[in-house]
Amino acid sequence: MNTLPVVSIKNLNHSFGEGQLCKQTLFNINLEIYPGEIVLMTGPSGSGKTTLLTLIGALRSIQEGSLKILDQELRGTGKNKLVKVRRDIGYIFQAHNLLKCLTARQNVQMSLELHSDLSRQETNDKIEGMLQAVGLGERMDYYPDSLSGGQKQRVAIARALVSQPKLVLADEPTAALDSKSGRDVVEIMRGLAKEQHSTILLVTHDNRILDIADRIIHMEDGYLAQDTSTAAATGVLSER
Amino acid sequence: MAKIPLSWAQLTHEKMRLVIALAGIGFADLLMFIQFGFRDALFESAVSFHAQLKGDIFITSPQSTALIAMKSFPQRRLYQALSFNGVTGISPVYLGFGLWRNPAPDKSNTRQLMVIGFDPANPIFEMPEVKDNLDKIKLSDVVLFDRASRPEFGPVAEYFNQGKPVQTEIDNRRVTVKGLFTLGASFGADGNIITSDLNFLRIFQSRRSRGLIDIGIVHLQPGTDVKAVVAKMRETLPQDVTIASKEEFIAVERKYWEESTAIGFIFTLGAAMGFIVGIVIVYQILYTDVNDHLPEYATLKAMGYKDGYFLSVVFQEALILAILGYLPGLGISVGLYGLARTATSLPMYMNLGKVVTVFTMTVIMCSVSGAIAVRKLQAADPADIF
Repeated sequence: MNTLPVVSIKNLNHSFGEGQLCKQTLFNINLEIYPGEIVLMTGPSGSGKTTLLTLIGALRSIQEGSLKILDQELRGTGKNKLVKVRRDIGYIFQAHNLLKCLTARQNVQMSLELHSDLSRQETNDKIEGMLQAVGLGERMDYYPDSLSGGQKQRVAIARALVSQPKLVLADEPTAALDSKSGRDVVEIMRGLAKEQHSTILLVTHDNRILDIADRIIHMEDGYLAQDTSTAAATGVLSER
Repeated sequence: MAKIPLSWAQLTHEKMRLVIALAGIGFADLLMFIQFGFRDALFESAVSFHAQLKGDIFITSPQSTALIAMKSFPQRRLYQALSFNGVTGISPVYLGFGLWRNPAPDKSNTRQLMVIGFDPANPIFEMPEVKDNLDKIKLSDVVLFDRASRPEFGPVAEYFNQGKPVQTEIDNRRVTVKGLFTLGASFGADGNIITSDLNFLRIFQSRRSRGLIDIGIVHLQPGTDVKAVVAKMRETLPQDVTIASKEEFIAVERKYWEESTAIGFIFTLGAAMGFIVGIVIVYQILYTDVNDHLPEYATLKAMGYKDGYFLSVVFQEALILAILGYLPGLGISVGLYGLARTATSLPMYMNLGKVVTVFTMTVIMCSVSGAIAVRKLQAADPADIF
């Protein structure tokens, strides 16, 4: 491919703790993710996948190796720059983490406020459009208390995608949902991502959703054990 | 769309917690208002006598420190003041403390009160009740009684208003009450009597000789430059008297009570304790608030909000709490001042000074709490929410 990778990792190592308690959690990670790809990361607990996700998401400092997001090297970048990088990434957590004191609409708006170059009308349109796209057009002014788990996760998706980030990171988004809601959630994510030409990196244990991926990465004991395209892994041609 | 007021949304989302916070701040403000109120009222009452005196320049002995400790001086200096330009008249004032006997037949306790004596030809008070009774005090052993004196002095006002004759003794001298006025307690005595200079000398004949006065009041032509005349007198008259304008006269008395007694310290300490109580309460609220919202803040940090944003949210919350909590505190304090006025006869009033002081202290109180509570924000680590 001639296009620049969205995520480019070379020889990444990472450890936790100091001195005698120092434990290495990531060993020599090399990975490239290209625009528009939907990549799933699987692996047992303690395999280092969450650590890798936090490093890619500019939420932790890089200790050793190179990690570039949208061609921006994160190693050695100052705190302010890291914060700016985060604004170009959409985050979806297992525990949606919506602000309880704000409505669905306001939660989504919190994400747009970081990109202040839009007019009032444009902002409003984007928010309503996104909430409708996730199927919550009727509940825009509801508080999280009045929404089901699946609905809350959909608001979280709207919040993560409303500013059209180039990269979307999701950590077990379907873990707390039943199979129908879980399926809906990842279909919405995939649909919107394809529309916006975003890249998705999704960490999951959930076997039910493996088919949405273009690639599956398997982590084990801090090593990138396997990197297969879904076509090869599941024997099914995926849509591009 | 307007920026989302996260601080307001967070505070109003948990109504119970908000109400408790406002109650806490209101209570702390109440404590401060009450302490300052009593302090100011005491100082006011200490100078209420001075404020009621009618005159432009006041001459006293340099050895007089406060109303409770006046040194008499010969009235010669007061008469010398007559020779200055702009002076229209003088009024010598005699002050003394005597034991008043309760006129009620079943009680005959005595209690000290202040006796004020002056020449009815040169009155020293504007009070209509005194002016109207000047002829009465010219009569031998006739006095006017302060109805704001404490009940321990006896039901004098009651008897007088019923038309009953009120006869009793001051320092064993029989006197008759022929009129009432209102002045109020000072630190020296919580009862007052007004009478003529001659009657005063009759009461205190063993202790005071004629011509030894405590205050010499000088009256100036309206429009005269008081400061200039004061300066001239200070230059010309010998150093055995102190010359003061009315403001200076009041200020010296006030200063005595503010600076050389424990009163100021006691009430300021009380107010400081209210302030500390307020800090503790608001800190508790803000800390719990920050703690409860840590996962949400961590999420926002992950989305790309800067640390400064959260600092401003906490301080905005502190400021909103300060303003909302102050208003009920102020309202209740005004009511309490009224109650205290009735109960103590002290001049407790709300004024701009106290309103501004307590508001400023409320804002500082909430800001300090906010500043300590923001340290908890550092625990909001976005890397931990994955």
